[in-house]
Amino acid sequence: MEMPAPDPKILSRKQLIVERLLSVLPEDAVIHDPAETRAYECDALTAYKCPPMAAVLPSSTEEVSAVLKICHEEGVPVVPRGSGTSLAGGALPTADSIILGVARLNQVLETDYENRFIRVQSGRTNLSVTGAVEEHGFFYAPDPSSQLACAIAGNIAMNSGGAHCLKYGVTTNNLMGVKMVLMDGTIVDIGGPWLDSGGLDLLGLISGSEGQLGVVTEATLRILHKPEGARPVLIGFDSNEVAGQCVSDIIRAGILPVAIEFMDRPCIRATEAFAHPGYPDCEALLIVEVEGSEAEIDEQLAVIKEIARRHNPVELRESGSPEESAKIWLGRKSAFGAMGQINDYMCLDGTIPVSELPYVLKRIGEMSKEYGLDVGNVFHAGDGNMHPLILYDANKPGDLETCEAFGADILKLCVEVGGCLTGEHGVGIEKRDLMVAQYTPDDLELQMRVKDVFDPKWLLNPAKVFPLEATESRRAA
Amino acid sequence: MMRPESEEELAALVAGAEGPLRVIGGGTRPIGRPVAGETLSVSRLAGVTLYEPGALTLVVKAGTPVREVEAVLAAEGQRLPFEPMDHRVLLGTEGEPTIGGVVAGNVSGPRRIQVGACRDFLLGVRFVSGEGKVIKSGGRVMKNVTGYDLVKLMAGSWGTLGVLTEVSFKVLAMPQAEATLIRRGQDAGAAVASLSAALGSPYDVSGAAHVTAGVMEDEALTLVRVEGMAESVRYRAGRLGEGWELVEDGQSAALWRRLRDVEPFAARPGAVWRVSVKPTDGPVLTDNLLAEGLEHAAIHDWGGGLVWLLVEEEGDAGAALIRRQTAALGGHATLIRGSEELRARVPVFEPLSAPLAALSRGLKQKFDPRGILNPGLMGV
Ligand SMILES: Cc1cc2nc3c(=O)[nH]c(=O)nc-3n(C[C@H](O)[C@H](O)[C@H](O)COP(=O)(O)OP(=O)(O)OC[C@H]3O[C@@H](n4cnc5c(N)ncnc54)[C@H](O)[C@@H]3O)c2cc1C
Repeated sequence: MEMPAPDPKILSRKQLIVERLLSVLPEDAVIHDPAETRAYECDALTAYKCPPMAAVLPSSTEEVSAVLKICHEEGVPVVPRGSGTSLAGGALPTADSIILGVARLNQVLETDYENRFIRVQSGRTNLSVTGAVEEHGFFYAPDPSSQLACAIAGNIAMNSGGAHCLKYGVTTNNLMGVKMVLMDGTIVDIGGPWLDSGGLDLLGLISGSEGQLGVVTEATLRILHKPEGARPVLIGFDSNEVAGQCVSDIIRAGILPVAIEFMDRPCIRATEAFAHPGYPDCEALLIVEVEGSEAEIDEQLAVIKEIARRHNPVELRESGSPEESAKIWLGRKSAFGAMGQINDYMCLDGTIPVSELPYVLKRIGEMSKEYGLDVGNVFHAGDGNMHPLILYDANKPGDLETCEAFGADILKLCVEVGGCLTGEHGVGIEKRDLMVAQYTPDDLELQMRVKDVFDPKWLLNPAKVFPLEATESRRAA
Repeated sequence: MMRPESEEELAALVAGAEGPLRVIGGGTRPIGRPVAGETLSVSRLAGVTLYEPGALTLVVKAGTPVREVEAVLAAEGQRLPFEPMDHRVLLGTEGEPTIGGVVAGNVSGPRRIQVGACRDFLLGVRFVSGEGKVIKSGGRVMKNVTGYDLVKLMAGSWGTLGVLTEVSFKVLAMPQAEATLIRRGQDAGAAVASLSAALGSPYDVSGAAHVTAGVMEDEALTLVRVEGMAESVRYRAGRLGEGWELVEDGQSAALWRRLRDVEPFAARPGAVWRVSVKPTDGPVLTDNLLAEGLEHAAIHDWGGGLVWLLVEEEGDAGAALIRRQTAALGGHATLIRGSEELRARVPVFEPLSAPLAALSRGLKQKFDPRGILNPGLMGV
């Protein structure tokens, strides 16, 4: 992956820049020893690494503002960082950049159950937001699988989703307001604990902007009361096509499950060997979960089971207890780990129209033979967000490149059938150069103009989202 | 009036325009500062491009009548979940509301409190920028984080950033049943407390409103709606509203349609403001306005946080007072109904803080460098 060459003029001023940073931050908040900056050399896309020039860990919005002001004056690129779990290289530093980590901004600032919101500092982890309101029966809905580690800041930047977003939406649908610092140090408040915007929807623009428009330091999030209960049913089929049809029929019937998860045979076998969830050995497996009171769950599952039976499932198992529910989810939740046991893997994230599912799975199977690499598919079937996991061997020369080429072909296929390159992980550096497959030069130009407005010097999170060629003139300016 | 029949034709017209354009769909929502310019109507760009009920997706040209969109969806037992208001009722306008107009205004109704606004169901847009370029953002799939989200930005930009040509939505099934719980005679504070309790329950409340005495009926009404499968609606209504009056299905739907369209203010003269604050601030706002001497009638929707205010249309129609109170509490106020003369004089949209105003102006300048699309409408 090509990254812009570091600016020698910045590197040569490192000492001065560090001193300026130390003038606005406590000593332990500025990391500049090369041995220590390595802790920030990559995110969860570990194939790419580059230690930053320095990393800072501010503890307040004012400190963030002071840091950005200095970097703005010095012309130093800044890479905002939450917990570093991005799978797209969204938090990958350049050698001449400062990592701005928000991990120390982790406080709950306000909880309001009457008005159903929580205001937190952005470094707080996703799961600990729910943790803060659970006692009162509330939760924060977006639940990425990485929720134990990932920060709200990263969730906002990537507009992260989760298994339950079919019903509750993704981050942008649950975000009410932010406090954000612009690259020149200006602090802005956008939105708040009321609904919608009084002018242009700037908040909607911030969600999913991958740390390129500003550094978010606080977030106001919608919280909801937990449902009375939830129950999954596991349905096995001997063809992907039938499983896809079943998903579509459930949705047509007017039922909105909270989750519809799909696994194919390679994934089922791997998870069965790894976690022993007791899955049937079949071509395709669905986990469908509904919520409500016992009676409401029965009412919905009756319809779902009736639809499933029409498609001759090889297995139809309704959970009869919390233990059984956990077992049904166990395999799905350990799918990534299970695939990782077999080999190194690359996790893709394209979305397709649900109707194209059988065709896309068939094509992925064919391409897998052509490239000579195995793939397992696990994904959110209700919304068409696929996660093909391509297995490769990092120690085998050329395997990563083959894997990346295969991955790029899958993503182009997603776009071809009417979908997109990334459903929830973001573009980062990983899909940057594929953007031209989805967007015309005019489309991209307008998106880049948005960045021109927020960050005229193009210092925030360099070399992400847009193809390097497309940004060249702006970066040179 | 220019009425292009294709996206290319529209793009060419915008590219070749020599002066300001007043962009309209059905022209039923004359909101914002009046725009002087040649009228550009999108109404001939109409029709469903793609509808996949099994994937809950609909792609439709921007000039398609809302009525037609709703009929196409209803035939498959589905609907636009965000319950867009029909402004003709409140504004006394005529014509055919278009789906592009709904998106341009991010128009949402009572169900917004539960499921989200128009922008939350908008999956993709195509539009013509101020330079006459055809731009797309998003697409037709529910999960998409590829590039910046211009989709949300276009929703609620009132045709000032681009002329929408096609929009795609996530749609949802119509419920089997609905019911509304009614409680009479509560004051606004007590009503919002009841609404907060209902919305903070596990019972999926899809409407929560309070109408002050004399607005819909002599007594004040507090209303809570649930929708879904028949048994489930019965169950949840039972849990939520012991001792509350209950109306079902058609009767319930009629009530919420009136609220959606702010119908109780339709026949009454005066300016109408739409204020969004934190739900518990709704009654505080109306109390404070009364204390300051601003006579008004109020409807509280969205659990109390969406306040429709009917005031006399004289002077600034309460603008200074309403804006001061709203700013103190946190939120925003928009003048929805007022004469052209009033809308030309009083800022219609909430004034922004200096840095946000600068960002908004910057965006307008980048999307429409010549400043020809609905110039001045949003005040930026
Ligand atoms: C095992 C695993 C499972 C995952 N499962 C899911 C899943 O189910 N759904 C999903 O959507 N994602 C998933 N992810 C991806 C990842 O967890 C999300 O993208 C997450 O939101 C990243 O959060 P983070 O705090 O780790 O951000 P980081 O990785 O630190 O940064 C991500 C991006 O956010 C920007 N950023 C960080 N902080 C700020 C800030 N304060 N202001 C502005 N920009 C900022 C960064 O510059 C970067 O572009 C998974 C990742 C892993 C490793």
